[in-house]
Amino acid sequence: MDRRKLEEDFFRGLMLLSTIIVVGSLLAVFAVVLLKGAPALTLSMLTQTPKGGYYLGKEGGILNAIIGSLYLAAGATVLAFLLGLPVALYLREYAGRSRFASLTRLSLDVMWGIPSIVYGAFIFVIMLYVGARASLLWGIITVALFLLPIMTRAMDEVMKMTPFRLREASYALGSTRLETVMKVVSRQALPGILTAVLLAFSRGIGDAASVLLTAGYTDFIPRSLLDPVATLPLAVFFQIGSPFPEVQQRAYASGIILLGLVLLVSIASRLSTKKFMKYVIR
Amino acid sequence: MDTFKPHISIQKLNVFYEQHHVLKDITVDIPEKRITAIIGPSGCGKTTLLKSLNRLIDLIEGVKVSGKVLVNGVNIFDNGIDITDIRKKVGLIAQMPNPLPMSVYDNVAYGPRIHWAKDRRELDQTVEHCLQAVGLWSEVKERLKEPASRLSAGQQQRLCLARALAVKPEVLLCDEPTSALDPISGRQIETQLLTLKRDYTIVFVTHVLRQARRLADYVIFVYLGELVEHGPAQTVFTQPSDPRTRAYIEGVFG
Repeated sequence: MDRRKLEEDFFRGLMLLSTIIVVGSLLAVFAVVLLKGAPALTLSMLTQTPKGGYYLGKEGGILNAIIGSLYLAAGATVLAFLLGLPVALYLREYAGRSRFASLTRLSLDVMWGIPSIVYGAFIFVIMLYVGARASLLWGIITVALFLLPIMTRAMDEVMKMTPFRLREASYALGSTRLETVMKVVSRQALPGILTAVLLAFSRGIGDAASVLLTAGYTDFIPRSLLDPVATLPLAVFFQIGSPFPEVQQRAYASGIILLGLVLLVSIASRLSTKKFMKYVIR
Repeated sequence: MDTFKPHISIQKLNVFYEQHHVLKDITVDIPEKRITAIIGPSGCGKTTLLKSLNRLIDLIEGVKVSGKVLVNGVNIFDNGIDITDIRKKVGLIAQMPNPLPMSVYDNVAYGPRIHWAKDRRELDQTVEHCLQAVGLWSEVKERLKEPASRLSAGQQQRLCLARALAVKPEVLLCDEPTSALDPISGRQIETQLLTLKRDYTIVFVTHVLRQARRLADYVIFVYLGELVEHGPAQTVFTQPSDPRTRAYIEGVFG
């Protein structure tokens, strides 16, 4: 018997098995959420805020959490982007390989590893200190803080892929660093930057721990940044803890909505990346 | 016999990459409105010498330079010098075509846009004029909005030439500008350079001796970081004075 062929077959089988487990888990999650949630997923879930007694199984929907999550994730993504892009550009084009740059990268990597509940607790302490109530604003700040390292490092890595000859071309025409960064590097990296932003948005919309202490929860759609805000992950959390089976079922339905949103963003990211790839130099 | 008026004057130029001494005491003048070829085997410092002339070597980490490069009598390595101004005067065509990640039009308009605010009509004119100067206009006038990366390699290289011209430089540096191209595209670039020398000082690097013979008015032979010989192309190719030059030209090494 050929030992090498056996080895080959064995490890191939192992890889296939791993792949099946990974893809299978994804499908299993979808299946469970869909099967348990689909019966409760009605139009009113999407279009109404909770009415009196909603959490006891009465009329209403989770429009408050859908809108709240979108507000919160969008706000946090924008804030993290505004803070993260200059950092990434600075690291790439100005700081070079200095100690400061590598220290900054290390800090961002450490920040990446911090669990979001810790960010929540940290911001909560600050809120207590300044005497602020849980609100959309503080939720946005917390989520932005935990998206910041994800977004910045992703953009940093994407811009690292910009070929040297493009930067050289730009400098050879008499560009300043800022012009090179803003007009050439970021343009070449645009599809990747967009992916980083949408990835961050998906992470932001799905996180429950960071907003648990900072964003509050409400049955209403927030009218201002200082109102508390409901989010989908917390909507799932609160409903699933209910003793009423019909409310538990709605938790899964809320899960479907959350999954759908993330899926939508993911597809949008693929499509838009393709569109912006047009000008990219390979 | 031609008379040469110097445009760029290189004086005791030394370049180090970390500990590596890449260029040793180079002193030579580059004539105005002529084509100067820097020849020599691979890895002997030709490209470094070329990129010293508009300080593109600054982009390489750990580079150290001593000596002077005078362009119109101004030392470009002086402290107070505006580096973007130098690169505006001294443009570069790279070895590999390197279009920017934007449309054909925006590639050519890039330089004018960053250096002087122009109204749309003037910009249109500059773009057309520069594309015409490199013989590309008739090929791309319907494709100005397309990504530059969709052009063929030869077209891309001519686009890069047009892009450099749009900045209105005095000097064009070319780093083996035809080595990545097919023979026909390469010949097109050579023809452009011969036309352009009426208005521009051109310095190009090559390790193809036949190309140097076809184009050059003046030749600089660099070997292992040293300037071995320089002079009018006629003289260097027919009566080289240094035995190393003779050996290189006869193809003993390359």
